[in-house]
Amino acid sequence: MQLTNRAKKTDKRPLTLAERSYLPGIAQGMGITLKHFFSKKATIRYPEQTRYLGPVFRGHHILKRDEEGRERCTACGLCAVACPAEAISMVAAERVKGEEHLYREEKYAAAYEINMLRCIFCGLCEEACPKEAVYLRHDKFVPVFTNRDQVIYGKDQLVEDMNNRYERDAWTKEEMQKLWAKQDPVNY
Amino acid sequence: MDSVFLIKSLIILGIFAISLGIAAYETYFERVIAAYIQDRVGPDRAGPFGILQPLADAGKLFFKEDFIPTMADKWLFILGPSLAMLTALMTSAVIPFGDSILFDGHEILVQGIEVNIGILWVFGVVSLGVYGILIGGWASNNKYSLYGAIRAASQNISYELAMGLSIIAILMMSESLSLRSIVEQQHGFNWNIFYQPMGFVIFLTCSFAECNRTPFDLPESENELVAGYHTEYGSMKLGLYLFSEYVNMFVTSAVLATLFFGGFNYPGMDWVAAKLIGGFGEVTGHNLATLVGTLIFFGKIFFFIFVFMWVRWTLPRFRYDQLMDLGWKALIPLSVVNLLITAGAQLSGMPLIANWIGLAIFLVLFYLGSNIFGTKKTSL
Ligand code: SF4
Ligand code: SF4
Repeated sequence: MQLTNRAKKTDKRPLTLAERSYLPGIAQGMGITLKHFFSKKATIRYPEQTRYLGPVFRGHHILKRDEEGRERCTACGLCAVACPAEAISMVAAERVKGEEHLYREEKYAAAYEINMLRCIFCGLCEEACPKEAVYLRHDKFVPVFTNRDQVIYGKDQLVEDMNNRYERDAWTKEEMQKLWAKQDPVNY
Repeated sequence: MDSVFLIKSLIILGIFAISLGIAAYETYFERVIAAYIQDRVGPDRAGPFGILQPLADAGKLFFKEDFIPTMADKWLFILGPSLAMLTALMTSAVIPFGDSILFDGHEILVQGIEVNIGILWVFGVVSLGVYGILIGGWASNNKYSLYGAIRAASQNISYELAMGLSIIAILMMSESLSLRSIVEQQHGFNWNIFYQPMGFVIFLTCSFAECNRTPFDLPESENELVAGYHTEYGSMKLGLYLFSEYVNMFVTSAVLATLFFGGFNYPGMDWVAAKLIGGFGEVTGHNLATLVGTLIFFGKIFFFIFVFMWVRWTLPRFRYDQLMDLGWKALIPLSVVNLLITAGAQLSGMPLIANWIGLAIFLVLFYLGSNIFGTKKTSL
């Protein structure tokens, strides 16, 4: 019974003299490797040359501000509930008069911390957030740390900087490939 | 006499330094060539283009823990790598790297020692080389090391036979065991490769096996034997083992170039020598012509080193029974046939044509024979 139409008939004839001497086969193989010797290299020299990570990459967290620079997070705690690793914790506070330009809602997170040692970068916090406040950046890794003091990221590391707003460079595979083509020595 | 002695010692020291230096850079080029063949860029961090990489590697090896397992035979464990390195270095002494230097009225050969048994010396020392591996593998008191060592020993023994027989064909043509006279008979473009194509293929295959290079690197196959004979070695002892492999590769390339590719001979060498002597006078001109020949010889050596690496990153490793099959059932009979053809060709008085005719006749006979008597086997 034929299951697919990709089946290939195997050649079961006895090997010819040339085939049994291996030499033509070896020469052919050496030709192939020599061709690769002169071909274009696919290496990306990492520290100097970085590559766009892709729109679906989940990296460093960011707490977004809105267009007027107010923090979006309302300390509802849904991200913390959604987090399978229990990496998020926060302290809520009430907005007082005169702080309307800082926080969008009446309640805000006085402290908001993510333990990067626990986080598994699943992105569930992003999904859970009703205020579109927490995101995982697609263009930045959480940097390597060597000390446990450095793993708890507070608001100072998480809240977006209005002078350097985070925007996604690419949304689709095609856009991503265009970005890659600009950066890489090899065109994919 | 004193100055001759001085020059001679300088040449010997130079040959040592060059062998070691080339071996060091072989490790670097091995990595670069591997990378290029695999579409990568290879080491490029240490110094410009990574040319300080061998130094970095050596430094790293020196700072690793020099460990001797408790159950190992301590002195033999130390002796193993030393022996491997010693034998690897000794062979280069008889290779004629160039013609001769005229100095102070003396003619000094560019060669460590000119002995009339040069090729025997090479073979003697090369066959001692396996002791380094065998002793190291045995002294480690580890069964994988021992397997590796035994494989090395049996492989070297079986391939040395075919290698020796293919050399005898060369010796029948040159009627001398001295490497220098073998080279001098290939004056100009009269290289042995044209007389001995089959001998060359046999010799090349056997030298891969002798150097334990892929596809014959069974003594150190990491996926079957952990790492083979050097499993228990670390630090510079392991370094010496690996390094001796590279020295061996250099020496083997030099022997290949000497025996089959004319050593320091190149087409049009008389014309170049005459021009140089005309331009720079008798002494300087002669020395310059020697220099050109030496450089060309090194070019040939580097080409063969490249071939060694090229093959390493092309062919997969043999299975052990295939390796033995190839050695005993294919290469040795072939080299005997080669011997017969050469003998006939020498007697006929027209070595070049008769060799090729003999080869053709053999191929036709073999083809017909395998068609008539051949079993329906699908592999060798
Ligand atoms: S990415 Fe996942 S693990 Fe990390 S903080 Fe968000 S929900 Fe928790
Ligand atoms: S980041 Fe979103 S989900 Fe988490 S507390 Fe703030 S508003 Fe709620």
